[in-house]
Amino acid sequence: MKRELLKFLFFAVLILAAPLVFTGGYLMNVLVFVGINTMLAVALNLLLGYAGQISLGHAGFFGIGAYLSGILTATYGWNAWLAMPLAALTVGILAGLIGFPILKLKGHYLAMATLGLGIIIYIVFNETVDLTGGPSGLSGIPNLAIGSLVFDNDLKNYYLIWTFGLAVVLFCVNLAGSRVGRALRAVNDSEVAARVMGVDARILKVQVFALSAVISSLAGSLYAHTMTFVSPASFGFNFSVELLTMVVIGGLGSVYGSFLGAALLTLLPELLRGAQDYDIIIYGGLLMIMVMFMPGGLVRGLPELFRRAARRREGAGNA
Amino acid sequence: MQLEQILQYSFSGLSTGAIYALIGIGFSIIFNATGIINFAQGEFVMLGGMLTLFFLELLHLPLWAAVPCAVAVSALAGILFERLAIRPLRQPTPINLVIITIAGSILIRGLAMLLWGKDTHAIPPFSGDEPISIAGATILPQHIWILTITVLIIAVNKFFFYHTISGKAMRACSYNRRAASLVGIDVRRMVLFSFIISSMLGSLAGIIVAPLTMTAYDVGIMLGLKGFCAAIIGGMSSGIATVVGGLILGVLESLGAGLISSGYKDAIAFIILLLILFIRPQGLFGKAESERV
Repeated sequence: MKRELLKFLFFAVLILAAPLVFTGGYLMNVLVFVGINTMLAVALNLLLGYAGQISLGHAGFFGIGAYLSGILTATYGWNAWLAMPLAALTVGILAGLIGFPILKLKGHYLAMATLGLGIIIYIVFNETVDLTGGPSGLSGIPNLAIGSLVFDNDLKNYYLIWTFGLAVVLFCVNLAGSRVGRALRAVNDSEVAARVMGVDARILKVQVFALSAVISSLAGSLYAHTMTFVSPASFGFNFSVELLTMVVIGGLGSVYGSFLGAALLTLLPELLRGAQDYDIIIYGGLLMIMVMFMPGGLVRGLPELFRRAARRREGAGNA
Repeated sequence: MQLEQILQYSFSGLSTGAIYALIGIGFSIIFNATGIINFAQGEFVMLGGMLTLFFLELLHLPLWAAVPCAVAVSALAGILFERLAIRPLRQPTPINLVIITIAGSILIRGLAMLLWGKDTHAIPPFSGDEPISIAGATILPQHIWILTITVLIIAVNKFFFYHTISGKAMRACSYNRRAASLVGIDVRRMVLFSFIISSMLGSLAGIIVAPLTMTAYDVGIMLGLKGFCAAIIGGMSSGIATVVGGLILGVLESLGAGLISSGYKDAIAFIILLLILFIRPQGLFGKAESERV
């Protein structure tokens, strides 16, 4: 546990010091998105990587969080700090209720059901024009503020987002190392065996599904308050797949891997600005290559690659 | 609400339902041979439409030549997909299979976008667009094409699975893969076959629906999901159950769009999908052990 804490402190210092190196508004803005995507990827990884339950509808929970926060603050003038937890609570209850029937399904069926759920949510965002502004979106969402400190520029947003981001990372690292984390992995390996050992797999799966949705909702609220604008396009099926890609590329069952995947997939399209039309192919290609050649993701695949390279070098030296 | 209107919605619902049925059968053929839900099934539907357009407009082939060419190229894509993505997979866990078929679908979609751009295209109807009136409602000649071709394909399908050696071998695989391989059936070849057949079915569905709905690089997602929905209602059988599933879905969707709201049209399919998955995952008509293939 002490090693985990050191690892986390190292990570936190790295994140908090990043603005000293990466100055410039544009890059800061991208790093804000890395933070939001990290929260989402870590949340999805809890479900997919630890419990072994796939979800292709997480963009929907992200969206509900964003819209609830947006509607409560922009339309009804609520305080953002009140809207955010209320949105998270609503999403948590919703996910808990839907979790019971949906998590009875396994593998491909679960994937399809969560995908369907995500698309229904997306359609509702588009169609409830009075509430959400429909396809043209909802604007005028206020920035978060503490007293007179308004989070209205990229640097402030960076620290705001990463305060939450680091809290989510720390929480998930702790959870993964705890009794619950072990129970989740047991469910992943063999649900029957986990049951035999006294794990209530059904409840546990629903709990982690709801928890994962709550974190996604929180990320959604933060997204809404930093962007001050939301539209359905950000919460569609493609984004769910993008999240899945982040988790798989980083490494299933690794919190820091999710950060790696989120960072890579957020930065990559920015670096390839000129080749914007190609990013869909890059996602598809990366996803395919990772599953085929590095099923453990970057966090396990890269060290393995280095080890193999080192062994080869040794072999060449001996010959 | 008048009876004619309901009739009208039902007619158009039946023809889109037939499309869903064809796509759904593609899903169940692969599912039965491999246990995989192929998330790229919709991309083959898209390929059907886009390739036909390519052969018609760029190579100036007549329709009767463009269609088989498009189906052949789609089948080739199906072969490549199975060979390059499915077969080499070292850890074929359900999650990995879901991810790899999603990755494949994104890749195919991306390549189609590179080749043909992001525009939507229209394919001319097979035989004009003079509406035919039946009992106060009108249907287009293309609707008749769709229904006829679907019936034909189902018949060919039935013949293939019940009266040819390969078809019987594939059925054997779907009942019990191990037993099938023990009696000398090359299971891997049957898996490849299943991808070829379902990519051909999918592309055919894409071709006959394209004159009605237009086609673009990204039409595959929705059509594929609706097809899966049909397959689920039909209990993953490749026979009449899935056809009925597709037709039910098509008619409900069309009625819902007409009577409730066209914006929620797509949501209807997914609500049905969720309900079926929650309540009767074995399909509407499924017994505990439903007949598959």
